[in-house]
This record gives sequence, structure tokens and C-alpha cells, in this order.
Amino acid sequence: MIVIAPHSLTTEDLTIRFGGHSAVNAVSCGFSPGELTVIVGPNGAGKTTYFNLISGQLPPSEGRIFKGDLDITRLSPSARAKAGIGRAFQLTSLFPRLSVLENVRLAVQARAGLGPRLLQKVSRFTQTWEAADRHLEATRLTDVAYLPAAALSHGDQRKLEVALLLAMQPDIFMFDEPTAGMSVDEAPLILELIENIRKDGAKTILLVEHKMDVVRALADRIIVLHNGELVADGKPDDVIALPIVREIYLGIPAEDVA
Amino acid sequence: MSGVPEMANAGAAGRSVAALRRTSGQVVLHLILAGIFLCLALAPFLFGDVRSQQVAARICVFIVLVASYDLLIGYTGIVSFAHTMFFGFGAYGAAMTLRAWGPGWDAILIGGAAGVLAAFVLAALIGLLSLRVKAIFFAMVTLAAASVMMVLASQLSDLTGGEDGITYRVPGLLKPATKLLTDADGKVVRLFGVALNGKIAAYYFVFLSCLVLFGVMLRIVASPLGTVLQAIRENELRAEAIGYRVVAYRTAVFCLAAVLAALAGIVWAVWLKYTGPDTALSFAIMIDVLLMVVIGGMGTMTGAVIGVTVMSLAQYYLKDLMQAGADATAALPLIPDLLNPDRWLLWLGILFILLVYFFPAGIAGTLLKKDR
Ligand SMILES: Nc1ncnc2c1ncn2[C@@H]1O[C@H](COP(=O)(O)OP(=O)(O)OP(=O)(O)O)[C@@H](O)[C@H]1O
Ligand SMILES: [Mg+2]
Repeated sequence: MIVIAPHSLTTEDLTIRFGGHSAVNAVSCGFSPGELTVIVGPNGAGKTTYFNLISGQLPPSEGRIFKGDLDITRLSPSARAKAGIGRAFQLTSLFPRLSVLENVRLAVQARAGLGPRLLQKVSRFTQTWEAADRHLEATRLTDVAYLPAAALSHGDQRKLEVALLLAMQPDIFMFDEPTAGMSVDEAPLILELIENIRKDGAKTILLVEHKMDVVRALADRIIVLHNGELVADGKPDDVIALPIVREIYLGIPAEDVA
Repeated sequence: MSGVPEMANAGAAGRSVAALRRTSGQVVLHLILAGIFLCLALAPFLFGDVRSQQVAARICVFIVLVASYDLLIGYTGIVSFAHTMFFGFGAYGAAMTLRAWGPGWDAILIGGAAGVLAAFVLAALIGLLSLRVKAIFFAMVTLAAASVMMVLASQLSDLTGGEDGITYRVPGLLKPATKLLTDADGKVVRLFGVALNGKIAAYYFVFLSCLVLFGVMLRIVASPLGTVLQAIRENELRAEAIGYRVVAYRTAVFCLAAVLAALAGIVWAVWLKYTGPDTALSFAIMIDVLLMVVIGGMGTMTGAVIGVTVMSLAQYYLKDLMQAGADATAALPLIPDLLNPDRWLLWLGILFILLVYFFPAGIAGTLLKKDR
């Protein structure tokens, strides 16, 4: 019998319908601190939509979302960010004409609650700059700190996407295919960063990832979404061995496995 | 914040060194700005005639008006057509009180404050009710509000003077007849041949008020809030996702810009000693503001200075220049005809097209982008 840690994030019957189509359908699931959950599922399964519901970009049709005991279902995305829910986007979403450093500093500044200061110069907030510098170093973006985000290579933009999430210092980290389109020598850095967050032990990590080797290497737990429904949930080896997973995710017909 | 001052200083110094590596575009821009600043600061001594002082005062006031509009359109990406309405609130507030109470600083202060407050409240209402919706819808709401205000101003003629506007007197200090300094004979003291009278006081009232207001705006865009505004312009979704309440920031900057515009309106009313639809409310002013912000460069603040200066000089002096050109070329065929001052709007249009063509990001914006 495993002692179940109190969940840091819970979704209850979470559902969203677009027209008649349920992109996420009655998903009930809890996530615990220190746990890295990989979410897998074929294209269009509803993984990104599930993230959008949790971080507030989309309002659910039904169901509720809790951060710890706090019901956040009706909170705005910014309020959820302040409550400690952070996410990186599958489609890179940056501030294109601002410098890389400014991009990260904005996230640091939001976390520190300095946004409304209007009569002090940004240069005065040295701790903000130093924190931003640290996150740039961690994501190896120091060399391009003064370039506009739009001028970065695809790989560097993906890194900046992650740097913004790190700079938010949330309790809940949601990564949506963070290494997609990255070169083979860039991806390990991101995975190492995620691994470091896990080592902290107090953070909850949700990761959407397609690459099976990555999934095996990182996951404490795998959940499988299919047509918006939660179809499997468990330890990596167990889930990967499930016939339904082999069939829907790896494309191997169930009878071949059986 | 008092952690390690030495390190903190080193960090700040490092950053200002990075900021000091100026490109040639930046150098040119700063030279132009310094030139404009000197001309405005010394305008009464450099240009003696009444008309030049009028141009200089207009440039000062419009720099504040256009810069406050740049906070909206250039920094935050909010399109509003109600900016002259807020300008008008300040101007009419001061004007109506000056007429009712007679010339006095109390009238300017109380009437101006009432105008500023009205601008703030209306901006907050418009902002809260409609900044959540699509940008185009918001722009329409501001257009509607501004039109309603125009109609109100012309209908409530007992208060506003209707289409004729209001004339009034200003505090004694600012009257041309006032002697600021007198010599032993009781005559006004002259400095570099310029009489130190109330006209000078009025100009420096305008210049210094506008300098302070522009300084406040420079500080705002260099503040944490300034970066948040740009973040909202660049990517609203991500700004919200990292924890900024976009609607609240939008509403706040809309109110802030409205208040700044209203303050500029007060200064303008005091300088002109007349306030009417044509000086403080009309859509023609709104169009001027839009052109100035585009010509100067959106999202730059300094663009306001350049846009306003270029456009005001053109509006006031292009006709003279053309007359001179027509006279000089009188012997030639066709050319004097083209340069006929009656065609000045045509040439103004050509000037705009050329400016937009050669400075697609505005004069300041394009200079700032230029490498080395
Ligand atoms: N805003 C929206 N309006 C209408 N339909 C939507 C919307 N967002 C998502 N969908 C639909 O919901 C379904 C799930 O999409 P989602 O992006 O969540 O899939 P995913 O699992 O992230 O896929 P991928 O692996 O390709 O990223 C898709 O059929 C998509 O077309
Ligand atoms: Mg997706």
C-alpha cells in the first residue's frame, strides 16, 4: 500500500466541448509534489487542451480544478500564475520584439509582483536582473541576451520558452513538448533542467512528450489521453505494457501484443 | 534590497556600459532631440515674434499630448480615438472655471482638477466596460464617446460657449503687461533684448509644465510598468500567462494617458486664453496626433518630440516657404504655379508620404533601429 501524498493539483470531471466534440472529456486526475507525470496520447488527443484548462486559457464546460485545496476553476490565467501554476507552450509564445533578457525579466518581475511600479526605473531592481541572468545562464541563452526574441533560432526560442517558465518559479510546472523541433544536442539540456526541478522534490511536473526514450527516462508516472478521455494511468512500465497504449499510441494492433 | 550594494552597483554599471554603446542612428537622434530641447528652452530669446512663440508653445503642449497617446498606441497597442476628448476635459475644466471665477490660480487648479478627474473617471468606465473586447470594438467605443462629447460641448453652449468656445483672462503673472523685473526707473528689464514680461512667464509656465509631464512619461516607460505594457502589446496571451492581469494594466494605462492628456489640456487652455472645439476637442486634432505619433515613431516616446516638431513646423511654415519658393522662381514656367501657397496641403501630403516611405518605423523608430 502506497501512502498517497496530498495532491497539489487535481482535476475533477474536467470537460470542454467545442461544438459537439469533447476535446477533454471528464478527466479526473490528481498530481502530487515531487512527481513527474508524463502525458501521452496521439495527435489531437486533448493534451494541450487539458493544459489550457488547467492554466486557464480555456474555461471548462464542466468540472473543477484545484490547486491544493484552492478551487481555481474560475480564476483568470494571471491569477492562476500567481497561485503557482506555470506552463510553457507547445507553440512558442514569446514577446518577439523584446530582448531575450527582457522576456525573462518580465517573468521574474511578475513573480516578484513589481509590475505596477511606474515611477522607479527598471535598472534599480538589481535582484530582478540577477535572477533573469541566472535563468538565462541555466538555459544557455546568455550569449543572445540582448537580441530580440524573434531573432533567435528555433531551438533557442524553445529554450526561452522554458526559461520563462523557470523564471515564474511556480509549484506546478507544465511542459508541452518542450523539446519538439530541437536538435539532438539541444534537447538534453532541457531534459536536464526538468530533471533538476524534479530533484527539488516539492514541485509537481506535468510533461507532454512523444519521444518514448525521454518518457522512459523521466517519468514517475504516465497518463494516457485518447479522444479527450483518460484511458490509462500508472507506473511507466505498466502503462507502456498495456495493450490499449500499444494500440492507440504506438500504433501496434492489440492482437499483435496479446 | 540592501543585500550586496557593491555587486548591485557593478551590475548596474555593466548595464549602463552596454547602453552606452550607441549606434550612429542613436547619436543622430540624440543630437536632434538636444537641438529641439534647446530651441524650446530658449524660444523667447531665439525667436522674438509672437507667431514663433505660439509655435513653440504648441510644440510643448502637443509633445505631452502625443507622448501620452504613444503610451497607448505605441507601448500598449491600444487604439483609441478619444484622446483629444480627454485633452478637452482638462482644457474646458480650466476654461469654464476661469470664466466663472475670474482669473486666478485657484480657478486653474480647481477647474483643471475637475477636468482631470472627469477624464480619469470616464477613462476608467470605458476601460473597464470595453477593454476586454476586441481592439476594433474598443476603438469604436472611443470614437462614439468622443463624438458624444463633441455634440455635448456644442449643445451645452451656456457652459462651454458652444461652437464659439470660451475666452477668459488668466492670472496676472501670465499677462503680457506684467513686468517680471523692473529696473530703477520702473521699466521692465530686458535680457538679450527681450522684455521680461508676463508673456515670458506664460511661455515658461507652458515649457516647464510640459517638461515635467514629459519627464514623468519618460520615467514611466523606463519603469517595470513600461515593460509590462510592451509585453501586453507584444503578446497578450503570454503576458497574462506569466501573471499580469492584462485587463487591469490596459485600463490603468488608459486612465493614466487620459489624465496626462487632460493635464496638457489645462496648460493649453492657460496659454491660449481661449478654449473651443477647434483648439481642444475636434477630430482634426485627433488626426494631427495620429499623424505625429506615426511620423515620430510609435513606442519610442522621443518620437513624440520629433513628430510634433516636424508636423507643427510644416503646418505653420510650409505656406511661407512655398510663397518664398514661388517668388524666387517667378520667372520660370509651371514651378511657381506648383509652389503656390494655396497648394500647401498637397505638399504636406507629399511630405508625409515621403517621411513614411523613408522612415517606415517613424523618424525616431527608424533611427533607433539603424545599425552603426
Ligand atoms: N480552441 C479550440 N476550438 C476548437 N477546437 C479545438 C480548440 N482547441 C483544441 N481543439 C480541438 O481539440 C482537440 C484536441 O486538441 P489538442 O491540441 O489538445 O491535442 P494534443 O493532444 O495537444 O495534440 P498534439 O499532440 O497534436 O499537440 C483537437 O481535435 C483540436 O482540433
Ligand atoms: Mg498539443
